[in-house]
Amino acid sequence: METSTAAANIVNTEEKQIVYKTSDLDLWYGDNQALKKINLDIMENEVTAIIGPSGCGKSTYIKTLNRMIELVPGVRTSGEILYRGKNILDKSYQVEELRTKVGMVFQKPNPFPKSIYENVAYGPKIHGIRDKKILDQIVEKSLRGAAIWDEVKDRLTQNAYGLSGGQQQRLCIARCLAIEPDVILMDEPTSALDPISTLKVEELVQELKKDFSIIIVTHNMQQAARISKKTAFFLNGEVIEFSETNKIFSTPADKRTEDYITGRFG
Amino acid sequence: MNLINHDTVVKRMKPRLSKNSISKWIFFALTMFVLLILGILLYRIFSQGFGYLDLQFLQSLPSRKPENAGVYAALIGTIWLMAVVAPVSLLLGVGTAIYLEEYAKENALTNFIKVNISNLAGVPSIVFGLLGLTVFVRALAFGTSVLAAGLTMSLLVLPVIIVAAQEAIRAVPNQLREASFGLGATKWQTIVRIVLPAAIPGILTGGILALSRAIGETAPLVVLGMPLFLAFLPKTFLDSITVLPLQIYNWTGRPQVEFHALAAAGIIVLLFMLIVMNSIAVLIRNKFQKRY
Repeated sequence: METSTAAANIVNTEEKQIVYKTSDLDLWYGDNQALKKINLDIMENEVTAIIGPSGCGKSTYIKTLNRMIELVPGVRTSGEILYRGKNILDKSYQVEELRTKVGMVFQKPNPFPKSIYENVAYGPKIHGIRDKKILDQIVEKSLRGAAIWDEVKDRLTQNAYGLSGGQQQRLCIARCLAIEPDVILMDEPTSALDPISTLKVEELVQELKKDFSIIIVTHNMQQAARISKKTAFFLNGEVIEFSETNKIFSTPADKRTEDYITGRFG
Repeated sequence: MNLINHDTVVKRMKPRLSKNSISKWIFFALTMFVLLILGILLYRIFSQGFGYLDLQFLQSLPSRKPENAGVYAALIGTIWLMAVVAPVSLLLGVGTAIYLEEYAKENALTNFIKVNISNLAGVPSIVFGLLGLTVFVRALAFGTSVLAAGLTMSLLVLPVIIVAAQEAIRAVPNQLREASFGLGATKWQTIVRIVLPAAIPGILTGGILALSRAIGETAPLVVLGMPLFLAFLPKTFLDSITVLPLQIYNWTGRPQVEFHALAAAGIIVLLFMLIVMNSIAVLIRNKFQKRY
């Protein structure tokens, strides 16, 4: 008896932990229900892709994971989302604290109208880091982490708006890395980028998954197939199927998943 | 079968084109008419007042003798007035705009307030004068002081500043706020570090234009009972002042022709100040104009 528990413990420590456990999540915009009874377990240090047609609730779901959805007036939720065991939908959960651990990369590159350096240093600065040496180190580490250091190291003081769209998006990823998050949420991060920039961001995601848990919403099914370990297929606010990516794309269990990935709709 | 007969289209082409050029000439004539009136006005003022415009005019207190009179007291008074109006109206105006745009929830009350701020901007300035007389001069017993005049003027330009600041704040794209919130910034940090720096040029432009309006206003100060003739300078904010438009008003009311010329010279000084302030506003707008 005792030995078996010990064995189970050993297995547990080797297994990956659950980062986000979503149970029976419902979400309404006013009277319009956008998410219905979502149940998803997202594991750490892997890439989880969320796919589905427009309006299926995938963006709504990912924005619920850092409570960005609260910026929309008239949003109500029920059910729970446990992040590392604590319910983030609980009003007592400090949303600022959550967002220091869960970074987000948005659909359109949205650098601040500041220098490249100031963009990356913004997060650490608002969290009270003033030491110039530490800030310098964070900026370099983050820009290297986002594979953009070599392109911008000679013009850190220039305005970020001078960068190309793809560079801006990698700068936004660097800005997100600078707060040393646990999870990175990506809401269609390549939809506004050209194919080469898209490829760079995808390669970057492969690097980042070693250190971070990544949840990525994408319109692009090939992208999901290329970069993710697990894939969730959303349709009309419900999770239709959630399993290993290669299984979803080779032998989907649900007819609707098959129809979607074979391009019959969406 | 063609639904459009191209022969008739060509036939109707001529009246269309002539209407086009006629309307162009009408609008050109209207613009010229306005410029002409402005030109006559400027010519009258400059031909009358330019001769009186010298250092002595700028450095002298008002006097009963036209050859000794100057705008010094009014000039200094205007500066004192601005020293009250600028901080009071900018702080109140920008604060209100931040609350309305960043904090206030979208509901009937907020909308009511927003609509009525725009309405306030259209209230005649003399009404603000009456308000200032009741509240600042009498109830708060500030008398006909810089403080009473400045607070009244602040109320007068407040709606303009609020609306300008609201527009500047609204023009800051939401994705910048989202990016800041997404990094764990509080609302206050987002406002101070992201929203205000991006909105400052618009706020300053609107603020300077509002101040230049306050410099030129006469009616509310007349209602407050500000002195038209003052031969000393203020030392505290509770002292009386006179300002440029009041001084001009006073001189135009005198029977002697020399004083009318002095009034014209005063107008040139006032116009110069307004042009300088408006140019600064334009410069700020051009320098900081941002594309997102």
